[in-house]
Amino acid sequence: MATESIAWPSTAAGSRSFVETLHEWVTTVDHKRLGILYIVYALFFLVIGGIEATVIRIQLIRPHNDFVSPEVFNRLFTMHGTTMIFFVVMPVLFGFANYLIPLMIGARDMAFPRLNAFSFWMTAFGGLFLYFSLVGANGLYGAGNAPDVGWFAYAPLTSQTFSLGHSTDFWTLALLVSGFGSIGTAINIVATVVCMRCPGMTLAKMPLFAWLNLVMAGLVILAVSPLTAAQLMLLIDRYLGGHFFDTQAGGSAVIWMHFFWIFGHPEVYVLVLPAFAFASEIIPVFSRKPIFGYPVMVGATVAIGFISMSVWAHHMFTVGMGSAANTFFVISTMAIAVPTGIKIFNWLATMWGGKIDLKTPMLFCIAFLFQFLIAGLTGVMLSAAPFNWQLGNSYFVVAHFHYVIVGGIMFTLFGAFYYWFPKMSGKMYSETLGKLHFWLFVIGFHLTFDFMHIPGILGMPRRIYTYEPGRGWDTWNLIVTIGVFFQAAGILVFLGNLIWSYFRGKLAGNDPWDAWTLEWSANSPPPAYNFALIPTVQSRRPLWDLKHPDDPDWKYE
Amino acid sequence: MQSRGSNRWHFLGSQILVCVGCAGAAFASAGPGFSPTNIFAPASTPAKSIFGLSLFVLAVTGAIFLVVFTLLLYSVVKFRKQKNDDGLEPPQVYGSNQVELAWTVIPVLIVVALFMATARVIASVQKNVLPDNAIEVVAIGHQFWWEYRYPTLGVVTANELHVPVSDDQSSPTFIRLFSADTDHSFWIPRLAGKTDLIPNHPNSMWIDPHEAGIYLGQCAQYCGTQHAKMLLRVYVQPRADFDRWIQEQRQPAAVSAASQGQRIFETTACINCHTVAGTVAHGHFGPDLTHLMSRDTIAAGAAQNTPENLRQWILNPDTIKPGSLMPAMQLSGQDLDALTAYLETLR
Repeated sequence: MATESIAWPSTAAGSRSFVETLHEWVTTVDHKRLGILYIVYALFFLVIGGIEATVIRIQLIRPHNDFVSPEVFNRLFTMHGTTMIFFVVMPVLFGFANYLIPLMIGARDMAFPRLNAFSFWMTAFGGLFLYFSLVGANGLYGAGNAPDVGWFAYAPLTSQTFSLGHSTDFWTLALLVSGFGSIGTAINIVATVVCMRCPGMTLAKMPLFAWLNLVMAGLVILAVSPLTAAQLMLLIDRYLGGHFFDTQAGGSAVIWMHFFWIFGHPEVYVLVLPAFAFASEIIPVFSRKPIFGYPVMVGATVAIGFISMSVWAHHMFTVGMGSAANTFFVISTMAIAVPTGIKIFNWLATMWGGKIDLKTPMLFCIAFLFQFLIAGLTGVMLSAAPFNWQLGNSYFVVAHFHYVIVGGIMFTLFGAFYYWFPKMSGKMYSETLGKLHFWLFVIGFHLTFDFMHIPGILGMPRRIYTYEPGRGWDTWNLIVTIGVFFQAAGILVFLGNLIWSYFRGKLAGNDPWDAWTLEWSANSPPPAYNFALIPTVQSRRPLWDLKHPDDPDWKYE
Repeated sequence: MQSRGSNRWHFLGSQILVCVGCAGAAFASAGPGFSPTNIFAPASTPAKSIFGLSLFVLAVTGAIFLVVFTLLLYSVVKFRKQKNDDGLEPPQVYGSNQVELAWTVIPVLIVVALFMATARVIASVQKNVLPDNAIEVVAIGHQFWWEYRYPTLGVVTANELHVPVSDDQSSPTFIRLFSADTDHSFWIPRLAGKTDLIPNHPNSMWIDPHEAGIYLGQCAQYCGTQHAKMLLRVYVQPRADFDRWIQEQRQPAAVSAASQGQRIFETTACINCHTVAGTVAHGHFGPDLTHLMSRDTIAAGAAQNTPENLRQWILNPDTIKPGSLMPAMQLSGQDLDALTAYLETLR
């Protein structure tokens, strides 16, 4: 196995100047450095998006509050949604995929290192461009404003008639540019997983992490393309006299909805499949058992990929599609609950009979199972179209998708941070601070998002900058806002832990978790070439085989 | 030891059941007293059908939650690594086809049951057969107010929709939904689910409220700056009261001798946007003001219809509803008083 290291010229040099280091990072095509760039970039935007969420919640703490004006509030929720989806969760997931896939499949880099760098810088430019709207959207005289059309930017609110100035153009172009970056990375992931696996690693012996990211990348290619097309059509409408979505000239507002959600729903699975990937690596290691039902897990993943392309119009049950279309999207949406449920059962079965070690990464994964279960069940409620006619576009929906994105994706992501931090930095994080982060975040999450369902049931629509007293919403909104501060404290502890541990943490060693996939055979942090010798594998858990030569996995698979 | 453990589980399980049950019962029984916009206090057939379906869905998902949550809790507690762990790996289990089959087939059956129940309610609520004695209303969404027209009754009004109580003689109200500008959504939680108002995409819905009263709601699709204060009020009246209201609304404005206020109204920008039937004011951009004083609220429910609020609204609408498309009229105090006095005669 490739545990010995080879001297490498660039790392051997002693002290380098700041400019040299910067130059190395900016020009790098190394998958690990690009992965870290993606992750750090996403953490930066996580703080910005989090501040936006906090301001939103302060405004809603009581009825008729005037902490911010309606104009500012509308910009805040547009920027919060756009930032969190496109410039936090997607980049951070791409970062982990970039960093880990080559290491897990025994490769020395991604298939297309230069495309990799190009994709990162496109995404990075997109995010910075979006925020440049704050100074540039009304022209360059300092009276700019951010986009205020909502993150799904329904027509005709985006037309020149209703959206003056350039704020919508900043939104459109930012997503167009970062979309090219996403498609580039997706092509790269597909090519890497298909072509770069080490000898012996057939598709059936690949870690689930690689499988889930392969399906995710396929979905990105299929889903981001229609979004890109829609952005081009919107630009044509706004500047070249097109009428795709211009309802005043006979265009169709509903077509935009279809374009957006044929992107938007697979996008949910683009975000959640990597979360499943983290859980599928962390839960087995901390339960000390192999993943239960590997072939079924792969099958469920592929099934989710296919079904997720046929559910988009469940975002449009209130649009007036007719009962036949509504009925179709009810059954397709409910159907996706089956493979998702299978996954939850398989994770439970993996824990069953194991020896569960409640370290921070596992704590986050257990909370993920609990929260994702609830998110899935509220999803089933929303998939029943008539129930959706009541709950759709209310705070119940806001609570539901935050349960998915925060309770599901962010929780596994935190688990992934703690799990792979020793590999990426070579240092061990502080378990105490990790547990503090976990409990603060669990308390904050549940205060905020459990209680957020209730005003939705009581008729509170989303995207309102203020609300009337006497509707029974006041107390719930107060509790929801209080939870935000616990979450913010958790995030600060998390960032503090990362920074402190990076400089002061104990050395982690190559394999602190006694884990089984190939990345743990490389040095921590891995050298530029990853493996001195390309490994050969015989089973899904090559390091198990190495540690248990008397009882290797390949005898049973 | 064994029995103590199982008692504890039993106790925990019953606690959870009690909690879920209480929450459900609280929402349903507290009814409108809890919140005037509670979706679980239905007062019209579409909302009642949805409520019935939602109880079924809640029961099924609640049961799934209890089962899976119990399994999760049990495995975390039972299979925790012990303090005196021997350091050996547990038995390595790779899977089981029988078990996989079980937890595939059972969810499929549950999905089929949920789907059948859902499809039935979709068909019953989305039937678009207009009974002969239905009341027809056209609702048009504007940034940021509601226009209501009764085409067969010859009435035009704004923001406060009047409909009769549905009983044997008078049947449902059918509402056709249009938008004059951006997307909106019509949502009165106690009467029906929401339906969007989309330009170039006519929609319809129906309600048949069984009890008189005022039902509240608000725009449920983001439509621009003042989406939040685009409130909905539905006045459900006994048939006789509704007929009287229709009679009054059909009259032109009862304008006495031309007043100073009327002169101001008709010589400023007011008439570009507002209609007062029987006068020269024929604007269509803003709400019809012919019977302004018959309404309880102004600015789509954002303020009570009092002389002070009306005066403030004309002076500077942004103080009541920032971002509203009504401009500040820049009138002198004297003119403002006269104009307000004129508007107060529009009964």
